[in-house]
Amino acid sequence: MRNRKIRVLLAKPGLDGHDRGVKVVARGLRDAGMEVIYLGLRLTPEQIAEAAMQEDVDVVGLSCLSGAHIALFPKTVQLLREKECKEVLVIGGGIIPKKDIPKLKEAGIAQTFGPGTLLEEIVKFIETTLGKKGNDNKD
Amino acid sequence: MKNTQEITERKKEFRTTVGGTIVNRVYTPADLEGLKENISLPGEYPFTRHIMPTGYRGRLWTMRQYAGFGTVEETNERYKYLYKQGQTGFSVAFHLPTQEGYDSDHPLASGEVGRCGVAIDSLQDMEQLWEGIPLAEVSTSMTINATAPIILAMYIAAAEKQGVDKGKLSGTVQNDILKEYIARNTYIFGSTASMRLVTDICCYCAQNMPRWNPISISGYHMREAGATAAQEVAFTLANGIAYIQAMIDKGMEVDSFAPRFSFFFAAYTNLLEEVAKFRALRRMWAKIMKERFEARNPRSMMLRYHVQTDGFTLTEQQPLNNIIRVTLQALAAVLGGCQSLHTNSFDEALALPSEEAVQVALRTQQVIAYESGVTDTVDPFGGSYYVEWLTNQMENEAARYINEIDKIGGAVKAIERGYIQREITHSAYNYQRAVDSGEQVVVGVNKFVTESQHEPETLEIGIETEKKQLGRLRKLKQNRDNQKVNDMLSKVRDVARSDKNVMPALIEAVKAYATVGEISDALRDVFGEYREPDIL
Repeated sequence: MRNRKIRVLLAKPGLDGHDRGVKVVARGLRDAGMEVIYLGLRLTPEQIAEAAMQEDVDVVGLSCLSGAHIALFPKTVQLLREKECKEVLVIGGGIIPKKDIPKLKEAGIAQTFGPGTLLEEIVKFIETTLGKKGNDNKD
Repeated sequence: MKNTQEITERKKEFRTTVGGTIVNRVYTPADLEGLKENISLPGEYPFTRHIMPTGYRGRLWTMRQYAGFGTVEETNERYKYLYKQGQTGFSVAFHLPTQEGYDSDHPLASGEVGRCGVAIDSLQDMEQLWEGIPLAEVSTSMTINATAPIILAMYIAAAEKQGVDKGKLSGTVQNDILKEYIARNTYIFGSTASMRLVTDICCYCAQNMPRWNPISISGYHMREAGATAAQEVAFTLANGIAYIQAMIDKGMEVDSFAPRFSFFFAAYTNLLEEVAKFRALRRMWAKIMKERFEARNPRSMMLRYHVQTDGFTLTEQQPLNNIIRVTLQALAAVLGGCQSLHTNSFDEALALPSEEAVQVALRTQQVIAYESGVTDTVDPFGGSYYVEWLTNQMENEAARYINEIDKIGGAVKAIERGYIQREITHSAYNYQRAVDSGEQVVVGVNKFVTESQHEPETLEIGIETEKKQLGRLRKLKQNRDNQKVNDMLSKVRDVARSDKNVMPALIEAVKAYATVGEISDALRDVFGEYREPDIL
């Protein structure tokens, strides 16, 4: 069992301002018992990676609906891996064309959630993934 | 005979989304107290039924599809295509850097160039965007807010190069910054500076551009962000009140500018509620203008508006179902009496729309216009017990919110305190919980789920777009008279510091090929930048 609440950082990289999804997810994860930090919008991958390290989070959730995910999500993961956040789970949401998903997975985005995703699915994904990891590492 | 009371119904109770009021089994004249005073005829105050006595019998709505992507050449090509398909007006989508005051070579623009709109850095791009399209003969709507003064200046200058005087131009700039703080988030400056820029445009247009709509007060994005129909009505009208007041505070007489104020709303799938929403909106705005602002010109009281079918309701699952959703939404817009309409493409929950999907979207409007028969009489739902009752409910619920905002001290204060943002975020979360629990059915998402068979072709923006645009910008900065650019930018700063209208200085600056980013930076020097309050 984990001995602390799951800590999640949510952020919007790039210039996209559609924040309905990220705000709803923030509240949903909070209601599911996680600690959620919503960093806001118009952020560079550098700013997000820096905050993830400082806040010592388990999960980073990126949201982008402008199409810039293909550049910004992998960049953020790369920066996270370069810092001391090698283990952090990175997930994404937005308008993500299916053909982009393999590229994002390869770049280290564990899962993407599009329109029509139920909150429950995101909660379950985070809990199972971290749970498994926790057991493997004897956390 | 069996008593109807004993027949079981599918649900224990049926509710509207308007404050969750119970919907009765049937409506009768008894539900319509005061109907006579409110109903009037189309073209008569308070315009509940339509602003024109002839409705669509006189003139159909404008079919205006929002489009723009990649470089100006690509967008220019799409515009020419749409024009050939019978589209009667243009609507420009700008990429986010243009909307937020950054050039394509700014670090924050990386990955965004040409993505959800066309990349416009300078007047050179604007000139090429309209290459081969005579600006004297078209009407153009531009979705631009924080940088609206700069983009309008570019449009005026581009027209001048075509030999067209600004007085002959017809179109709209969105120029509605208040809803940006609430929902869309392409703000740059704080509210005081922003309201000054908004009203500078409105004054400039009132004096120089009689055929131009200087503002499109928008409920659409708030609805997309989660507002209910009644919240959309209330918050849009509250923002409208704030703009009218700001113009009056600038010394303008209400009837000198209000007739050119226009609006922009969403249409959802709940057909009858949406029809009621549009009817309530017209009635409420008419009353606000007449009673609160003492307008005398009936045109100041007429709510003219554009509608876009709602993007949020499109599902990634079973995307062809979206064609049906869009049809119902477009029908609601038409039965509600819109002046112009954009129909979304069925593949937009997946990516930017393909050409095929764009065509189906436009054809949807044409089928409604020419085959459905709903345009043959004005306000066909007028007098329907249920729709009239719903119209009243919508008005009452929205009026309650407007009172609340008045008590706070108006829309600007309510936004600064995060009141409106919190109300919307709350509605968005409630909606999602209802979908999660299954109480709100979304076909193909939480009911009637099947593995999606259809993977439509979608449009892709290549990375070449960004490279191309950066090359253009570099060249421009090398070839223009940079001394002149600097002089013009100092002039912009000076005017921003004064209480003069910024428009003339901006037109001079764009003509010297100063870029969106450079001019925005000059304004940032004077105005500073906005920081979002914590909403969650």
